[in-house]
Amino acid sequence: MSENGHDHPHEEPRHESSPWAARIRAVEELLVEKGVFTKKEVKAQVEYMEARTYENGARLVARAWVDPAFKERLLSDTKAAAAELGMDASGPIGFMTLENTDEVHNVIVCTLCSCYPRAILGIPPDWYKSFAYRSRVVVEPREVLREFGLELPEDKRIAVHDSSADLRYLVLPQRPQGTEGMGEAELATLVTRDSLIGTDVPRAPGTRTNRFEAPSG
Amino acid sequence: MIRPAAGARFAPGDAVRVLDMEKEGHVRTPDYAKGKPGWVAEYLGAFPDPESLAYGGDGLPEKPLYKVGFRQTDLWDGYGGSPEDVLFLDIYEHWLEPREHDGEEQRS
Repeated sequence: MSENGHDHPHEEPRHESSPWAARIRAVEELLVEKGVFTKKEVKAQVEYMEARTYENGARLVARAWVDPAFKERLLSDTKAAAAELGMDASGPIGFMTLENTDEVHNVIVCTLCSCYPRAILGIPPDWYKSFAYRSRVVVEPREVLREFGLELPEDKRIAVHDSSADLRYLVLPQRPQGTEGMGEAELATLVTRDSLIGTDVPRAPGTRTNRFEAPSG
Repeated sequence: MIRPAAGARFAPGDAVRVLDMEKEGHVRTPDYAKGKPGWVAEYLGAFPDPESLAYGGDGLPEKPLYKVGFRQTDLWDGYGGSPEDVLFLDIYEHWLEPREHDGEEQRS
């Protein structure tokens, strides 16, 4: 009987007992010991990442919906547009925003690892890094989106973007119908994290379908 | 935003094929695209070569990088979705070769 009271061990919260975490900690200790960086710098970088959330993306999208000139700047130079809204994405990585239209729906993946526009959106969701998402969304995007609860019109083209190199992608979703009277701040609340990846779309209040609801009829 | 590459070989609309090479290391060309036909959708600028950078090299000379479009039906045998569906990858120039146009390029 182990110390958790039954006869099988439990993974500690945050997977701190996994061999991978132990290895990362060992590498970190070595790099600190060699003077490559300090513990303080590691902490600052973790805080930099954790301070960012998808709400940054929601603000960019909402501004683009109400301000066509801003939308053009977001599509042509995402980094500069983010800076306009006070987001610091000035690191070496480039960003590109992809516009959903009536004709095309964009969805983003990184099949080789887990590339994600972290400097803007923060840490990616766990499923984004999963083998299942990365291997399936390129081969059967419509089925994968359906499993996310997103049913696209049959005649809408799907464009999968595999961020394989030096750019990071985010999606500019379409503004939902029925939101004509809404202001920028309210619009931002409609933009979900997944809609910035392309596995969801923003919906007007009261129209969100519950994917766990039993089908009627 | 885009840093011009001296002598970028391809321009948007060019028909290209991904080279089918076996190469060890930090290669950013996924296996599923090797040997597949596509088209240059956009020139993305010049970037340090990740195949050198990942091993402590200086990444020089920088490599031109392109957003390359593919028809999903060209990538996967028996693709079950719409024949209009597309996939885009960012591919460094040394992984691309020119090919004959087949009139299907430049779908966004």
